[in-house]
Amino acid sequence: MSLEETLAIELTVNGERVESTVPVRQHLVDFLRTELGLTGSHIGCEHGICGACSVRVDGAVVRGCLMLAVQADGAEVVTIEGLTDSGEIADLQEMFVERNALQCGYCTPGMLITAAELFDIGLPASRENIREFLSGNFCRCTGYHAIVDAVEATLKQRLSR
Amino acid sequence: MGEFAIGQGVPRFEDPRLVRGGGRYVDDVALPRMAYGYVLRSPHAHARIRSIDTGKAKAAPGVLAVLTGSDWEAAGWRDLPVPGGMKRRDGSPSYKPRFPALVKDRVRWVGDYVAFVVGETLHQAADAAELIEIDYEPLPAVTATANAAVPGAPLVWDDCPGNVCFARFEGDKTATDAAFARADHIVKHRFVINRVTAATMEPRGAVGDYNVADGRYTLYAVLQRAQGYRAELAQVLGVPESMVRVVAGDVGGSFGMKSAIFNENPLTLLASKLIGRPVKWTGTRSEAFLGDAQGRDNVTDAELALDKDGNFLGLRVKSLVNAGAYLQPGMPAFTGNLGTLAGVYKTPASHVDVTVVFSNTNPMRPYRGNGRPEAAYVIERMVDLAADELGLDPYELRRLNMIPPEAMPFKTSVTFTYDCGEFEKSMDIALKMADVNSFEKRRAAARKRGKLRGIGLSFTIERAAAGGFEGAEIRFDRSGTVTLVSGSHSQGQGHETVFKQLVCDRLGLDPNEVYYLQGDTDQVFFGEGTGGSRSATMAGSAFHLASEKIVVKATQIAAHLLKLEAADINFADGIFSSAKTNQTLTIQEVARAAADPSKLPKDMEAGLVSNAVFDTDTQNFPNGCHICEVEIDEDTGEVEIVDYNVVDDVGTVLNPLLLHGQIDGGIAQGLGQVLMEDIRFDADGQLLTGSFMDYAMPRARNTPAFHVESNPVPTKTNPLGTKGAGEAGCVGAMPAVANALVDALSVLGVKHVEMPATPERIWRSIQEARAG
Ligand code: FES
Ligand code: FES
Repeated sequence: MSLEETLAIELTVNGERVESTVPVRQHLVDFLRTELGLTGSHIGCEHGICGACSVRVDGAVVRGCLMLAVQADGAEVVTIEGLTDSGEIADLQEMFVERNALQCGYCTPGMLITAAELFDIGLPASRENIREFLSGNFCRCTGYHAIVDAVEATLKQRLSR
Repeated sequence: MGEFAIGQGVPRFEDPRLVRGGGRYVDDVALPRMAYGYVLRSPHAHARIRSIDTGKAKAAPGVLAVLTGSDWEAAGWRDLPVPGGMKRRDGSPSYKPRFPALVKDRVRWVGDYVAFVVGETLHQAADAAELIEIDYEPLPAVTATANAAVPGAPLVWDDCPGNVCFARFEGDKTATDAAFARADHIVKHRFVINRVTAATMEPRGAVGDYNVADGRYTLYAVLQRAQGYRAELAQVLGVPESMVRVVAGDVGGSFGMKSAIFNENPLTLLASKLIGRPVKWTGTRSEAFLGDAQGRDNVTDAELALDKDGNFLGLRVKSLVNAGAYLQPGMPAFTGNLGTLAGVYKTPASHVDVTVVFSNTNPMRPYRGNGRPEAAYVIERMVDLAADELGLDPYELRRLNMIPPEAMPFKTSVTFTYDCGEFEKSMDIALKMADVNSFEKRRAAARKRGKLRGIGLSFTIERAAAGGFEGAEIRFDRSGTVTLVSGSHSQGQGHETVFKQLVCDRLGLDPNEVYYLQGDTDQVFFGEGTGGSRSATMAGSAFHLASEKIVVKATQIAAHLLKLEAADINFADGIFSSAKTNQTLTIQEVARAAADPSKLPKDMEAGLVSNAVFDTDTQNFPNGCHICEVEIDEDTGEVEIVDYNVVDDVGTVLNPLLLHGQIDGGIAQGLGQVLMEDIRFDADGQLLTGSFMDYAMPRARNTPAFHVESNPVPTKTNPLGTKGAGEAGCVGAMPAVANALVDALSVLGVKHVEMPATPERIWRSIQEARAG
């Protein structure tokens, strides 16, 4: 197979049907960013370590830098833009603002998507659990304290509702 | 107190945009017909280039240009900026290496710039780069700092003997020698301060766009200071500064690393000029490790002389500092920051002797603290070592030697004159916060769980806002809404919030009607930018001055409109009023009138716009006490930070929410270096830590909760009373964490642990201590 080979794919991104022809070696996150202009997913390492590229594929959080665009054929992909529009994490986003859980903001979309998964799993809201769960995502700016605060406060808020 | 008053924890105006994924980082820039650049880097730490054949690469599919050192030379552009003006030990001028964007005949580190390939797609450019045939003749390389100045070491620059770039001395050698001669105790230690990298989560990137129609160059870039960046770039390009525009959007962290231009910046512009299309380059993480400037890296011998009561008599420090292969902007400042070595102590005599050497490694640049954390680490480790050797309590030893508030201003024996600070008081608050009195109980309880518990304190001080100037502009438009234009540039600190807060509070504005603009040299009239913990002080003061100018002019207009004298007008909360009338005017009404010359006094220029430059030669001295508590697993050497308390003095606190963020983030980087971060090269100069698989950085599970309190002692050196906050956390953390580790291991007789104190290193020191 030549590196320049392309394949047609069809998928759903943030609830919208997308058809495209992509190079077989293009990563999902590059496809989302360059072809669809969804620049909220960031690239921090391209080797699955930092979590900046995290997106949701068929309900699970995946590394957009470790998945090829062609592998997303037929999948349902949700990015930070889609999560924002659906309002699913509006409370978490507000809490991130309130606690200043971000500085440069580069890691933030990945953090938010990962934290959203933590909510879905329904782990007990201890700070240790939160820290452990977020440990696949690097943040170089905040020292994590404010991020853990924001996630913990949102979890507590949700549980009390 | 207003909603935006100084001291309020106003949430950031930047954040609603960033949490939606609405940041605009350099890699988000997409221009029509944009092509992609790829840097081919040296695989050798040191080699001669015998020949380069680009024929196959040029013929590869999608390739638009292949540039080598010869093309760079042919373009007639100049070298990247290299600082000069320092001296060597014998008084001769510092060595000033050539620094072309692409090398021609010699590579000097693994990652050095050999060729720049431009293709229709990034893949095509990268594929073509593999087809470039280069005949290298490998040369012996030197990477370790301690080896660089050893006689017979391979020369990085043939005409730079001993690899010595420059030397620098501070303090008084004669007085220091005399102090040592009469000392009762001399404590000595050699510290190896390792090399780390900024590892900003956003890698570097650039888009170069040459406009053939008007001959103007536009660079979309990551940076800390747009105007200075443009000036450097214009010099490299050899064109008037006005023919260059630099634009930066959101920057995903910098910490000093992105402070000056890198080779890729002019390369994208040259390629754009040659192919007539915009050219984007985005670094990969591998390239960040190979190509980014790195930080710290020195070997320091320190000696502290004390009398029999523990009074510090003299400090002697000799340091060998690694510059990497090329000398970068900011490196000389590193040696200047060694003034931090004086600490908060009265030590009457000091002498510091620094030699900066070249090696076959990434060039070095400022990294959060730029000399400050290194120096703070040395002095605060020395105090603990001295306390241990003399059998004194480390807190009391500090108390004995601390500069008292009544001694201010205090000229230290190294470089700086401190203007204010309440060191002992801050330390006492911290000791209480950390519940130091019951620490031994905690230690004993931990021991029962198989854990070695330790506590470490540091009291550090550093200079911030080291003089200089900064611009700010406030523009009312004809409808009365406002644009703030900042000469400074944020890489995450939250400039927009703090400056909006300052101006909205003073002028009574609604922040929703205020737009904040930074980082575009076509719009910013004057700016120096961010670095050295200066923005709150410098740009904050500039916005303060600009606000005052607005108030003065608006008051004159209001007086004219109300047919009163300016002296009769009061201004508060955005409203002009007077005891002589019950009529009032809002600042928006005044701004609207200002747009209409018929409503203004004769001879007054229309418009309500002010710009101001804050200019000072006075720096300020943030300081603080950090207390760290750790537990070490005796069997594995694994470290857990179990408590962390800080009392800082950054002068007037503008926004405590953002301040805590700065302190927390700084601590995380400091503890990262002490516990895990490490750039390593093998004997041939190959980078061993070239990815996040090999370069450990703190994750959420490695960091503790940080308890941060303030004991603000406002400085009189700027109108706001602020001191820099950006580097303080990192400065305090390195020694506090290191002191805690050693304290934990001290029950086994361990005196020091080198950084990074990885579990392996700690485990080994436990084993060695046990073996006796
Ligand atoms: S970019 Fe995908 S994990 Fe870092
Ligand atoms: S906010 Fe900058 S990396 Fe997390």
